[in-house]
Amino acid sequence: MNRYRKTWAAALCGTMMSGLAVTSAQAEDITLCWAAWDPANALVELSKDFTAETGIGMKFEFVPWPNFADRMLNELNSGGKLCDLLIGDSQWIGGGAENGHYVKLNDFFEAEKISMDDFAPATVYAYSTWPKGTPNYWALPAMGDANAWFYRKDWFSKPEIQEAFKAEYGRDLVPPKTQKELMEIARFFQGREIDGKTRYGINIFTERGSEGITMGATGALYAWGFKYENTPGKYDMEGAVNSPEAVEALEFYKELYKCCTAPGYTDSYMQESLDSFKSGQVAMAMNWFAFFPGLYKDEQVGGDKIGFFVNPGQNVEASTLGGQGISVISYSDKKEQALKYIKWFAQPEVQAKWWSLGGYSAHNSVLNDPGFKDSQPFAADFLVAMGGVQDFWQEPAYAELLLAMQKRLHDYVVADQGTAQEALDKLIEDWTETFEDEGKL
Amino acid sequence: MSQQEISSSVAEQVAGRTPAGVARKVRGLSDRAIAWIFIAPTIVLLLAINVFPLIWTVYLSFTNFRANRPNRDVEWVGLRNYERVLTDSDIWHNMLVTSHFLFWTMFFQVLIGFGLAWLINKNFRGHGVWTTIILLPMMLSPAVVGNFWTFLYQPQIGLFNYVVSFFTGADPSSFQMIGSVDLAPWAIVIVDTWMWTPYTMLICLAGLRSIPDYIYEAAEVDRAGPFRTFWSITLPMVMPFLMLAVLFRAIENFKMFDLVVELTSGGPGSVTELASINLKREAFEKWRTGLSSAFAIILFVTVFGAANIYVKALNTVKSR
Repeated sequence: MNRYRKTWAAALCGTMMSGLAVTSAQAEDITLCWAAWDPANALVELSKDFTAETGIGMKFEFVPWPNFADRMLNELNSGGKLCDLLIGDSQWIGGGAENGHYVKLNDFFEAEKISMDDFAPATVYAYSTWPKGTPNYWALPAMGDANAWFYRKDWFSKPEIQEAFKAEYGRDLVPPKTQKELMEIARFFQGREIDGKTRYGINIFTERGSEGITMGATGALYAWGFKYENTPGKYDMEGAVNSPEAVEALEFYKELYKCCTAPGYTDSYMQESLDSFKSGQVAMAMNWFAFFPGLYKDEQVGGDKIGFFVNPGQNVEASTLGGQGISVISYSDKKEQALKYIKWFAQPEVQAKWWSLGGYSAHNSVLNDPGFKDSQPFAADFLVAMGGVQDFWQEPAYAELLLAMQKRLHDYVVADQGTAQEALDKLIEDWTETFEDEGKL
Repeated sequence: MSQQEISSSVAEQVAGRTPAGVARKVRGLSDRAIAWIFIAPTIVLLLAINVFPLIWTVYLSFTNFRANRPNRDVEWVGLRNYERVLTDSDIWHNMLVTSHFLFWTMFFQVLIGFGLAWLINKNFRGHGVWTTIILLPMMLSPAVVGNFWTFLYQPQIGLFNYVVSFFTGADPSSFQMIGSVDLAPWAIVIVDTWMWTPYTMLICLAGLRSIPDYIYEAAEVDRAGPFRTFWSITLPMVMPFLMLAVLFRAIENFKMFDLVVELTSGGPGSVTELASINLKREAFEKWRTGLSSAFAIILFVTVFGAANIYVKALNTVKSR
């Protein structure tokens, strides 16, 4: 009987010890929150090295893009502890910093000898600093990104197509160098019969609910020289937001939508862009660089069939900024482990592996590597794009500013209401009201 | 043993098992006090999750509070939020969109619902199977319905466009139900009607079945024709049921959110942006908590006021 008691006691002890070990392992786990998209899968793969090195387990909370901002901003605003690390959109940095959601990283960077000079200046400016351009860092550049274009290289190279294009426009059919060339090519492909099927010219962002149409239309607006303010930091928008160039650019975007998109794409964003291209409906489509590795690998439309080009300029060369920085959440109970992750992630060799897995490193050691431009068919375009990126407002009230632009643009471009001038004038009214509420005007 | 005797015996058993201390305390309480003890948890819960938030919303509607800036000073702004809501042309546009949606969904649901109920009431062979099939749409989740109707409405592959094209000869991709400014308001009306007509049908069916046969027999003796019977007997007697169905559906559709968000996200532009969709954007995307509270109060008063007037009309119809 006594022997049995001892055996049971030993078993109980063992169970308790293993329970404690599990609890302790769980206590070490940290959760990283991001959008659910291709690069997130690459990050899961990459983070296995971190766990192997440090013993800290990684959990992931990936939210689909259309709900990402809603879900994560609600989490931050309610002081939630779901995320220890957040790869948040560049526009959230103002709110993250001013509302106390993000941990300021300056002291940590200094202690760990992490220099922001090691990262591409445009990404540091956009993803890390608040107030903009000051050496106050709230994130480490994690994923460089910009809006760019991809096209059906196999269709472009068909002799009969090339011939027809040359006959119509008097030049070779090559990726466009200007926005107006882009429209010409889109118009050329619209309704054209290729391989026995009717094809369409282009897919552009028109989504209403989150940020789609703003991210798409700003590609044209920036190319025409659009500015948010006459004097940076003064919020003097009259004459900048509704400048004649901005009006022309918006009219252009609407015409591009009307003339050259496939039927039914009135609420189109990232997934719809990919769908329309992969299903062979369109000759060209816009999307973020983040999707390009996956597109290039696609069996149906990837490889030799696909080509990439940077957002064509018009008055200036410019692209809409995407991408995110990685921040430590101030409400987290595991800030120490989260900071360990940031330290590990900032290492040049980890950044090199990040790029090789499909993530877009912003580290100079990766971008300045002599072999970088040839490492992927879109790598050179990525460098060009990152040299001319522009971002939306990064103010704490960014969501309000964004929703106003979504409404005004969608009303004009898709719903045919009013003129471009009226849309931009109303946008200034909306933004002025927001900045007045914020006490900035 | 009678029912009363069983009840008192059970009550005695329960009383016998009540701990002496509790029994002593309870013994001195009046029936009214005991009743209050029983309903107190429910009332506390009701106050906590219904009344308190309502009062708090009223308070917030007079401030500039933003839920995403808890540390910012909250200022009393008086009626400014109400003034902004009532003078905002976008919000009036939302109200107009909501009214259009409400009127036409009610119109079609009552018309088709009553027609279906009238047919089902004929008790033809297989009417049970048909009733089940007709009821299926309302058993689905609005999010699911919204999602699959976006596919049905797809101009290139959507079944809806092909059906219309079959009957009209128009090219399926020549029109866009949810992408067109003119058609999108009707697209959401069609889907809501498809989903909720069975509900109206059920209520009408209950009304039709509640009409005693002898009234029809008396009408037949009086040589009343089918139209006269319908106009003077069926319709008046089903009217309270119809009005009840309209009340329930109208309140639901005034708050309509999920189905329309899934279908159109309020687009194109703001053509299908119902008041509830804009309210959600103001409250949880723009985080204008004070202003959205004022907006919510205005909507609440509108629905409450309209429902009260309607219920009075309903009572008048019932008392005839």
